[in-house]
Amino acid sequence: MDMSQVVIDVKGLNKWYGEFHVLKNIDLEVHKGERIVICGPSGSGKSTLIRCMNRLERHQEGTITVDGTELTNNLKGIEKIRREVGMVFQNFNLFPHMTVLENLTLAPVWVRRMPRREAEATAMRYLERVRIAEQAGKYPGQLSGGQQQRVAIARALCMSPNILLFDEPTSALDPEMIKEVLDVMVSLAEEDMTMVCVTHEMGFARTVADRIIFMDHGEIVEQNSPEEFFSNPQYDRTKLFLSQILHH
Amino acid sequence: MSEIKTFVPTPDSPPPLTSTGVLRWLRDNLFSSWFNSLLTLLALALLVRVVPPLVSWALVHAVWTGGPGVCDDASGACWAFIAAKARVMLIGTYPPELAWRPLAAGALLAGVVAATVSGRCKKRVLTGLWPVFFAAALWLVGGGAGLETVDQSRWGGLMLSLGLAAVGILVSVPLGILLALGRRSGMGGVSAVCIGFIELVRGVPLITILFMASVMMPLFLPPNFQINNLLRVQVGIILFSSAYIAEVVRGGLQAIPKGQIDAAKALGLSPWMVTVFVVLPQAVRHVLPALIGRCIALFKDTSLVIIVGLLDFLGMAKAASQDQLWLGHEVEGYVFCAAVYWVICFGMSRYGRSLEKRGPQTNR
Repeated sequence: MDMSQVVIDVKGLNKWYGEFHVLKNIDLEVHKGERIVICGPSGSGKSTLIRCMNRLERHQEGTITVDGTELTNNLKGIEKIRREVGMVFQNFNLFPHMTVLENLTLAPVWVRRMPRREAEATAMRYLERVRIAEQAGKYPGQLSGGQQQRVAIARALCMSPNILLFDEPTSALDPEMIKEVLDVMVSLAEEDMTMVCVTHEMGFARTVADRIIFMDHGEIVEQNSPEEFFSNPQYDRTKLFLSQILHH
Repeated sequence: MSEIKTFVPTPDSPPPLTSTGVLRWLRDNLFSSWFNSLLTLLALALLVRVVPPLVSWALVHAVWTGGPGVCDDASGACWAFIAAKARVMLIGTYPPELAWRPLAAGALLAGVVAATVSGRCKKRVLTGLWPVFFAAALWLVGGGAGLETVDQSRWGGLMLSLGLAAVGILVSVPLGILLALGRRSGMGGVSAVCIGFIELVRGVPLITILFMASVMMPLFLPPNFQINNLLRVQVGIILFSSAYIAEVVRGGLQAIPKGQIDAAKALGLSPWMVTVFVVLPQAVRHVLPALIGRCIALFKDTSLVIIVGLLDFLGMAKAASQDQLWLGHEVEGYVFCAAVYWVICFGMSRYGRSLEKRGPQTNR
């Protein structure tokens, strides 16, 4: 594994929603195979940051370079990056009018021009991997939240991405379903997938992350290895945040 | 420390039986309060007053067969009039010796409709089948390529109504979808043109558009440039209907959660793929009831072509009742028209309902 290769390079990133300065001077390098967890209070800009990484949000200042391609208004460049960067959302966002299998094969068939049969075989492989192959013919509305989120992960994997972005993947789940999703994420991490996760699951962060980034008010307050981050936070704001989410 | 116990869920039991039975149903649906009981009794009284005379007129004392004059002494409906005028009502003044051609087209239509409604055919087959049907029907009715040509001025009756409606629906639905997409495209020029068109058309009654198409348009065209009247009316109907369909579809487009589009984009789908595979199928499903409503309205609106001199089903019924040999039977003509219109519209409505039920139940 070549940890020195930078696959996401964010430099001097600034973003505004109207007058509201949502991201301030963000600098961040993500290396190949690295697992990064971004945490922080709601409204701190962590989701916006991760959504800038595949251009679901536009930034006004600074540069974002993914896999050597800079994100600009060039649609071809954006689509090239999106093919290589998978994303998993808080609300799953499966397509409700398609079966699970159709959800998984849509992009490989139409974006990668993969023959349908091959795409279906790949899809079944990933569905088995997230232990849900028996649901392939069902519609998303017939599945539980945890199952839907595992399908969503499989859907992202079907494009064989180099990088996976997770935007609060367990926040909309019932407590008993969180584990089945986290288990899948841990197994991905064990295979050296490059992952950027916005999450409040501190147990996951502690065991899986190479680096934890704490954000507040649109800025990166501090970043550190999990051991240092939990045992020796540098800022009072980080301490307060940790005390609030770890003891309740 | 006590031993840990095993939790065993209680087995399900059936619901109480009080929610069944005829008397129960009567009480719940017809006599649930004194006001509802009163309404039920009033409705019953009305039915008693109306139904027996209606049955007596339409069935018991009706005259079913015979030539002119057979109904002179009858106190009931004269269905013999309908039987005598059936050909005119169905195909207008189309040459009688060639009547098999529109009838064959009608049989084809019935076949294609049956294939569509059955739900057994694949979408791809159906999208190919309909254009083939239209080409075949146009050839059968209009002639050419081996068949004797029948001028458009002799097309009429139910055939004309169905033709105008079928072409109208199959062209104005896609056109309306394109207008709705154009309106929301975010491209300044395109959306301005779409908004302008939609608002202009919606601000004008259909009669005005038909009049413009039929009477005024030829004044603006060069004298040697003739488009036939039927085509102009057809275009008028399509433009009118597509503006309304555009607004219906726009409602559906607005109901698609942003997350759906985000997820599709994040997979690398291009803008047109996002629209075709993710947004439109869901949007159209959302607005299916209203869309079917527009299609039914379009079918009924075709009866307005009478004001520009085309004799459709209703127009032919009216014309038939002017026949000197059969005077005084407008009522039977209109009742027959209403029945046929109702059967077709009700069929469309049922088909719409079955489409709504088909496919996935969304989780929202």
